[in-house]
Amino acid sequence: MAVTAPSSVAEVREGLSSVGYLPGESTALVSYLATRLGKPVLVEGPAGVGKTELAKALSRYLGRTLVRLQCYEGLDEAKALYEWNYRKQLLRIQAETDDAGWDTVQDDIFGEEFLLERPLMTAIASPEPVVLLIDEIDKTDQEFEAMLLEILSDFQITIPELGRVEARTHPIVLLTSNNTRELTEALKRRCLYLWLDYPSTEHELAIVKMHSPELPDTIARKLVEVVGMVRELDLKKPPSIAESIDWARALLLLGAQDLDTRTFRETMSVIVKHRTDLDIVAERVGVKLGGGLGTPAS
Amino acid sequence: MSARLIELGEELRGEGVAVGTSELLDAFSALEEVPWTEPDDFREALAATLAKSPDDRRVFDLVFDRFFFRATEAAALREGVREEGGVSRDVGEDGEGAEIDLDALREQIAQALRDGAEGRMRDLARLAIAAFGRQGEGSGVIGVDVQRIRRSLGLRSEPQPDLPPDDPRRDGLPREELRRFEAMLRRELERAQIERTEQLPPSRPLNDLDRALPSGPLQDLAAVHKVVAQLRRRLATQGMEARGRKRHAHVDVRRTMRASLQTGGVPVELKYRPRRPRRPEIFVLCDVSTSVTSASVFFLSVLHALHDTFRKMRSFVFIERISEVTDVFSKERDFAAVSEAIGRDAGVADISGYTDYGRVWTEFKQTVEDELHPRATVIVLGDARTNGRDPRADVFASIAAQAGRTFWLNPEPRLYWNYGDSVISAYAQHCEAYECWTTQQLEDFVKALTRPAT
Repeated sequence: MAVTAPSSVAEVREGLSSVGYLPGESTALVSYLATRLGKPVLVEGPAGVGKTELAKALSRYLGRTLVRLQCYEGLDEAKALYEWNYRKQLLRIQAETDDAGWDTVQDDIFGEEFLLERPLMTAIASPEPVVLLIDEIDKTDQEFEAMLLEILSDFQITIPELGRVEARTHPIVLLTSNNTRELTEALKRRCLYLWLDYPSTEHELAIVKMHSPELPDTIARKLVEVVGMVRELDLKKPPSIAESIDWARALLLLGAQDLDTRTFRETMSVIVKHRTDLDIVAERVGVKLGGGLGTPAS
Repeated sequence: MSARLIELGEELRGEGVAVGTSELLDAFSALEEVPWTEPDDFREALAATLAKSPDDRRVFDLVFDRFFFRATEAAALREGVREEGGVSRDVGEDGEGAEIDLDALREQIAQALRDGAEGRMRDLARLAIAAFGRQGEGSGVIGVDVQRIRRSLGLRSEPQPDLPPDDPRRDGLPREELRRFEAMLRRELERAQIERTEQLPPSRPLNDLDRALPSGPLQDLAAVHKVVAQLRRRLATQGMEARGRKRHAHVDVRRTMRASLQTGGVPVELKYRPRRPRRPEIFVLCDVSTSVTSASVFFLSVLHALHDTFRKMRSFVFIERISEVTDVFSKERDFAAVSEAIGRDAGVADISGYTDYGRVWTEFKQTVEDELHPRATVIVLGDARTNGRDPRADVFASIAAQAGRTFWLNPEPRLYWNYGDSVISAYAQHCEAYECWTTQQLEDFVKALTRPAT
């Protein structure tokens, strides 16, 4: 289902919901602006609030291919942009008969045939418009950020031997960051900014229900409330949306009828993933479930 | 309208948000795509283009509210528009009129807060002001009035079990909604004040409390905050080029093969791997006894704000004994919360609460002995006042000998060094001692620290 550029924010919101992603108010708006203005979007927020998922949803909704570049420390041009396929170039030279002139070989081995495309190059050179996801940009070095600037502002890559490769189509670019380090001003200036935070209770409830519709209403609501409560605690790793969804699935699989202290203790490890956190949560939330919240609502 | 937007940009700049021309241009092109009549879309579109970090976003929201609130009020004053009857008649539609049942009102507000009903909260805020605010005889300070109203309404976020079970306040109210309600009260009170006095209150810089600045007896908090922001930006970008390529021994096979093509596959020219930038490993020891607490915690938070410049960083605080606080900083970015956490959990005061340097050196040495090596840097921040105890400069000397570089930051002016029980000279011979009691000195030091060792 390919969709051309959407014409209103509401359209984007519906479109994203139809592919299984419930956007918040600002998410829908920024996605809309991204498609209209053709500017990259920098998405920041805690882990697991759906930053990567947003890119996937956008690609599904717009019917574009998703090109993903996972960043890590030490990532360099050869792995992100392009590389010359030197093995093939060597073979080409050795296969050359004696009578071929130097010039022909010279020209030949720096053709597109010998170019290995890496994600950024793929996104730029693709004949179809794509969604380019540069994931966890904060993991890379500053040098790599600087290299991205040419791509992000002009959508072009300069290859010394070949010349400039300009984007044939305009990709939608999403950069995600867990905010572990401050990104440079130069990069930020070129992007729209979207801060994704944990959703409100109602919003999260809608998300959980979308992913596991068979879960009874009362349990789903209680689940979301508990997750909200757990996030309030001072934990090493607060549970993310992805974990709420996992938990909902787990409860469904177990056929839980109600979310009481016992079920909670048994399945708690789905949302809390640190030894010390487990203790804190068991202590604080477990008690609350046993009391006021734990009494069956229905 | 475009002039207004530029004014908004100016105001944001005044609050320290980096709004450049390109951001403003983006804002304009974004506004062409969204309908101006949708307040939420309008605001989000501006936020997405102008505010580019969570901090900026918070400032943006505050400035946005203030700016457009003032803008509409100014326009209203010019046109001579008044909301008729002020506050109390507005809610007369509900048939309650002047006689407002206080208990019913309390419950209504609490209910609205629980449900998060925006429109009703606004009406109720006005009602509450009419009932409790006693216009005319209000304290004149809006913040005080807001708190008074909230208290008399009995709105609290913690559960109040002594209330009857059907009272919505029993389980405590959502904190977020409470805050929103307070903001509405504030706004309504401001509106009333403007109507009374027929002039706008002076545009004041955002309250310190609104911005979570470092709190403590450092004089000019805003200035300190600004320095830290600049410092981070400067340090984040500088020095990389200085760490360039030097002689090193690792051959980059891929690039060598690639280069060998020019010579028909014979690797004539060797290519080397670029050397990874060397980042210092840092151990920080901070005195947190009362005389130097604020300087220490501030210094620690500056260093942690820069933590990605260093390869590894462990921080300790001490009074009589030491305690590691690295985790506190990695979890908490907010200055006030950090100093509170340290005061609460560190457990560094033992009996007397006076600094005991001798014991501190011994404990520190035991803790990190294995990790000290010539590439490690040790930084001590303290006033070197031993309260008459043994300074144990010999232990300190052995630490300094094991570490590559050792710095001492003294938050006292150099004039007071070695007076009274200060023994800084005993330590200064083993390390580089700096005085550090202004932000300028701090900046100079951090710069020296992050400069690549040559």
